[in-house]
Amino acid sequence: MALDVSPGAASAEAHPDPATEGRTRRTRPGGGLGRFIGFRLLAGLGTLVFVLLFNFFLFRMLPGDPAARYRAVKSISPKDLARIRDDLTSPLSEQFVTYLKDPLALKGISSWKGEPVWDLIAGRAWPTIVLLGTTTILAVVIGIWVGIKAGWNRGGMFDKVSTGVTLIFYATPEFWLGLLLILMFSSGIGPFPGIFPSGGVIDPGLTPFSVDGIQSIANHTVLPATALAAVYLAEYSLIMRASIVDELGQDYLMTARAKGLMDRAVRRHHAVPNASLPTITLIFLNIGFIIGGAITVETVFSYPGLGLLTYEAVSEQDYVLMQALFLVFTLSVIASNIVADIMIAVMDPRTRV
Amino acid sequence: MPLLELRDVHVTYYTDEGPVPAVRGVDLSVTAGEVVGVAGESGCGKSTLASTVLRLYPKSAKVTGEVLLEGQDVLTMPWGRLRAVRWNEAAVVFQGALHSLNPIQRIGKQLSEPILLHDKEANAAGSTTKVKELLAQVGLPARYADAYPHQLSGGQKQRVMIALAMSCDPQVLIADEPTTALDVMVQAQILDLLTGVARERSMAVLIISHDLSVLATTCDRAAVMYAGRIIEEGPARQVFEQPEHPYTRALSGAFPTIGDATSRYAPVGLPGDPPFPGDLPSGCPFHPRCAYALPVCPTVDVRLLPAGPDRAAACVLVDQAVAAG
Amino acid sequence: MSTAATNLEPHQVPTTLSSRAIARARRAASLKRFARAFLRQRGGVAGLVIMLVFIALAASAPLLFPRDLLDITKTLGNKSLEAPSSRFWLGTDENGRSILAVLVWGARTSLIVGLAGSLISMVLGTLIGIGSGHYRGFFGSVLQRLTDWFLVIPFIPLVVVLAAVLGQRGLGTIVLVLGVTSWPGTARLVRAQTLSVEGRPYLERAKVLGDSDWQQMTKHVLPNVMPLVLANTTLTVAIVILSETTLAFLGLGDPYRDSWGTMLEKATNAGAASTGAWWYLLPPGICVIVIVLAFTLIGRALEVVLNPRLGSE
Repeated sequence: MALDVSPGAASAEAHPDPATEGRTRRTRPGGGLGRFIGFRLLAGLGTLVFVLLFNFFLFRMLPGDPAARYRAVKSISPKDLARIRDDLTSPLSEQFVTYLKDPLALKGISSWKGEPVWDLIAGRAWPTIVLLGTTTILAVVIGIWVGIKAGWNRGGMFDKVSTGVTLIFYATPEFWLGLLLILMFSSGIGPFPGIFPSGGVIDPGLTPFSVDGIQSIANHTVLPATALAAVYLAEYSLIMRASIVDELGQDYLMTARAKGLMDRAVRRHHAVPNASLPTITLIFLNIGFIIGGAITVETVFSYPGLGLLTYEAVSEQDYVLMQALFLVFTLSVIASNIVADIMIAVMDPRTRV
Repeated sequence: MPLLELRDVHVTYYTDEGPVPAVRGVDLSVTAGEVVGVAGESGCGKSTLASTVLRLYPKSAKVTGEVLLEGQDVLTMPWGRLRAVRWNEAAVVFQGALHSLNPIQRIGKQLSEPILLHDKEANAAGSTTKVKELLAQVGLPARYADAYPHQLSGGQKQRVMIALAMSCDPQVLIADEPTTALDVMVQAQILDLLTGVARERSMAVLIISHDLSVLATTCDRAAVMYAGRIIEEGPARQVFEQPEHPYTRALSGAFPTIGDATSRYAPVGLPGDPPFPGDLPSGCPFHPRCAYALPVCPTVDVRLLPAGPDRAAACVLVDQAVAAG
Repeated sequence: MSTAATNLEPHQVPTTLSSRAIARARRAASLKRFARAFLRQRGGVAGLVIMLVFIALAASAPLLFPRDLLDITKTLGNKSLEAPSSRFWLGTDENGRSILAVLVWGARTSLIVGLAGSLISMVLGTLIGIGSGHYRGFFGSVLQRLTDWFLVIPFIPLVVVLAAVLGQRGLGTIVLVLGVTSWPGTARLVRAQTLSVEGRPYLERAKVLGDSDWQQMTKHVLPNVMPLVLANTTLTVAIVILSETTLAFLGLGDPYRDSWGTMLEKATNAGAASTGAWWYLLPPGICVIVIVLAFTLIGRALEVVLNPRLGSE
């Protein structure tokens, strides 16, 4: 479920080799950054190629007659059906050529619903974006705050308590937390009020753009976002704590203190910006896991997003849909990695040289 | 009146293994316009001593004695007053070659930070001008204000540290190993810079170094530390050329004299390691490594004894030499 | 092995023994020192105790709860989804089985998958990691690229898709899927460590003295890399157990075996959340949390012991 939040991970990311001490150089603000972004996008392209190849071979490992799965769907035209059967029974090399002509499977038809897969995906995208957006904001803001507080005064009461609590949440399956939340706040049990809905993303009859609609979406998103955020908040807090602890021993903090700065200023203006660098990298690298968490949480809450769609695709053995969804998820991760690298380049001047 | 005066300062660290006395009773004073050097190997307590001037030692350390900055005891100052005193009245030049500068902040911003902090009337424009002046004083072009620390060489970073220390016009300057990790040529430049600037403004300067030869030429007076105590002091040149304490003798003898062929063939090394502060030998702490140790040395804890006009050394041999006339 | 020599620190081992005996004695002395350092980590010790308790419980499952208790044809007489009582301490599931019995048997599945899956991941990750670190040319960079690319692919979607695509729903499939998807993290760590080890002078010496690639990697790099791999693998076990639970919950687990994940799946299908059957939902989740926490604590303690710089927390 998670990336390495151990003390060692932050340390490895944070401190580049001092043996490569800088030489005198003229600063050219902006020049280095543009070139960096260019290189990074190029590297991303290479990863994309690999992913497309991987995607192809992954889904050709299918047992059984692929075309047979489509027989159950009534809404496919005979022409489409014939095209699909031809494609799936031709030799692998031919299949590969066909794949390359349309690697994103834009024309793919779902074997479960009979509709083009990308229509299905487009329709289900926005709830997932709402869910993941809310979750990420909550998890990052709270997690980082807790991590800084715990790490700066490490060994203190807040540190001990928060580390204990975060370790427990870190070990929690997010969908189980979701089930518990449903039990407590949706069905209501014992003293807990059952005030939140447990299915769907919006009450029927409301549009997402009305005030009532937004209220309803918020109502439906509270519990799933909490379930997801609690677990990832724990990770981010552990990572941030480790980063701050790592910065504590740095010499430039001594310089800052000697200047007469208050403890709070030293932390805010010097320690935290430096400690945030490895944290941001690790947070973005974790996006892949948040996406995974969304699959189970949406399933538990019947939240009609891409996660639930994945579950349905798996249950119905709709491989075309699965392939497209897999591509969406992977592309999201690639994109977020690129964004992470660019953010680091913007924030850390040492990387641009 | 001396600008900086340390009276009977003791510093003890409280570690998991028990109390460790890093500084065991040091008296030191520096007057305006004077440059004083403190020499010693790693672990002798010189850096700890320097950290007492602005109370920069860790929370687990206990300090007794008096540290008077322009007559006021730093050790008993309220926290707010201490923060105002820091950088304004006394500043530290840290070792710039390592990570003493914030790696993701521009030099100019780091230089203006204390200015904006301590001067209520300072504004952004004023501080930019001041930063340019500071860089000029240390011989760096004004455009370096936009640079990041990793773009500078070791010597340039050290100059920045000096500029930084001068930014609030302090009266007292402490330089902690200002030339370590620098080339010999650059070392000379840095030392000249330090002492030049100090004498111009009649500052009191304290230079800490493990390199006695550095102090010999730059400082007016020198003190040699060993195992938390000053074991020799006097005019810098004299201490280096005519050491009274066996330890100083070994320390200064370890540096061969260029041009003197014999010194190349007779290096005087110093066997053994400096003692761990938590586990000091009995009597004189230097006796296990001393080439001149007498039977009385392990039994008597020697303090500084007069060893000539304006000289002192903590060795029984000094006593005998003086007694001999 | 000379027992006298093992009570010493590695540098105290007398050099009058044969070279092989010296090596063995030094290694034993190092191991003792490592064990002592680990035992000083309270979190790690707690984790170790918990892990041993769970292993003991799982191993003795047939003794505590005879297999018949899981057979739904034999439990027809029991009420389904009954709250905890003196007869069924954790109540019953929708088939009338004792939840406590299913829970303890479920521990077996989770632990087996966790340990087996991480073993595969460890072996794969170490091989590829050392390979990509040691071979500098084309081969090495291919392995490195492979690791980086696999790291990009999101974990749960990959695991879900593989499990779905492979069809055969057996324990072996799950173990394989999880093992084959978890290696990149280990590989990257091992690669970094290999590079650092190979930078040390004694490896240059080994090369000059004629050690082959294979010898260099196994005799020199491997022993230095293993401690870190061990710490990392412990953390991997935690992730694999969580992933198995997730897979089972999504219906991709072994349908003939009970695991904590399948318990949660069945609970959800039986509507436990809406009918308030908390005795069905809480225990499996809590067990997962406790065992994952245990392995995480052990892993963190190992890392602290191996990297003393981190220990000042």
